[in-house]
Amino acid sequence: MKRRTGTCLASLLVLGSCVLLFAGSNGAWMAEVPPKDRTRTNPYANQPDAIAAGHRIFVDHCAHCHGADADGTKKRPSLRSEHVQQEATDGDLHWLLVNGNRAKGMPSWIKLGDPEIWQVISYVKSLH
Amino acid sequence: MKSFRARILPGRMIGWALLLLPVIFSLHSKLSAQEYPYFVTYSQEMEEPGNLDLESFNVQGNPRGGNSFLGSDLEFEYGLKGWWTTEFYLDGQVTQNESAIFTGFRWENRFRPLPREHWINPVLYVEFEDTSADKTLREVVGHDANDDFLVPNWLAREDKEREIELKLILGSNVRGWNISENFIAEKNLAGDPWEFGYALGVSRPLSLIAKAHECAFCLEKFRVGAEMYGGLGDADGFGLHDTSQYLGPTMNWTSPKGVTVGFSPQFGLNNYSIPVLFRFSVSYEIEQVIDRFRRGAK
Repeated sequence: MKRRTGTCLASLLVLGSCVLLFAGSNGAWMAEVPPKDRTRTNPYANQPDAIAAGHRIFVDHCAHCHGADADGTKKRPSLRSEHVQQEATDGDLHWLLVNGNRAKGMPSWIKLGDPEIWQVISYVKSLH
Repeated sequence: MKSFRARILPGRMIGWALLLLPVIFSLHSKLSAQEYPYFVTYSQEMEEPGNLDLESFNVQGNPRGGNSFLGSDLEFEYGLKGWWTTEFYLDGQVTQNESAIFTGFRWENRFRPLPREHWINPVLYVEFEDTSADKTLREVVGHDANDDFLVPNWLAREDKEREIELKLILGSNVRGWNISENFIAEKNLAGDPWEFGYALGVSRPLSLIAKAHECAFCLEKFRVGAEMYGGLGDADGFGLHDTSQYLGPTMNWTSPKGVTVGFSPQFGLNNYSIPVLFRFSVSYEIEQVIDRFRRGAK
């Protein structure tokens, strides 16, 4: 009986670890985005000036990890992926930039302020 | 007779700094991270993992009845993890009609326990310092006062301060404003009672919207605010009684090359404080510094 309980606990531990690993993998952050944040709209979407400004912010703050062309680097993901361009909404990306994903090395960019965050999202979304 | 350390180290430090600066500034980097313009207050902001921030903080003061001084520290701040930043300081000072001396070192670590952004974001700070005759005024605690700066360097150097400092840093970002509060507890390992202090800072960029074209003096390159800090007594007598307090505006500007320059005049609010402090800083962030060496090795 004791052995069976031990096996069950070990299985639960392994299962829990798998869940945590999955949750920590790239893209899992989207599961954490509250619905009201996901549906937020970008006030600067598709605006050429905002895209140009967003490109400047991207070069200053993002390119050293995600690559000058946003193709990603050895350690950091591409921002041209289907995941970012198709699956993630502007609201999702805004939430990620505000909160960061520290366990994965992505800092919070809340210090930029909302307008600049939306500008950089405009640029990233213009890459599709 | 000045000691060897007293004569040689300040000159050597300045020499190294002068040699390093052109190398640092010539590195190919476009980062223009808007640092908060605080000199004493810590914000909840952590260094990005892999980045090295080089900073020089300086303070000039004229204590009542004493000699004018310039306190400086050179800081090396490195982001180990998204939630862990470590920082090493080298401190020195020059006092008019006295000497220029190396005053010691500090090593601090900051930990951010909550991974996501909240209304108030706590950061835990632990520092060890080994200094003597320190005049950098990076924090004011206990009953630190104007009269502490009247002690001549040769005598002040006899008083070695090996201290542990703990801070609770709370920070919020609201509509472009940063509001930071620090609660400080410091203990001299020689056995003095715990000393307490605080620091408050608030700041905002002059513009929250980036320009579409590159510009050196766009409003978003400037951040302005105010800072207030002071002592809160010690374990034998907590409160504002016999403590020095300072308040002043503060600002910084980030150049297109990524060098951030800050300035703040800070005013003593009572007779225990130095009447005016002028603070200025220069900082520069090197992105992914270890990767640069790896690439260089290949």
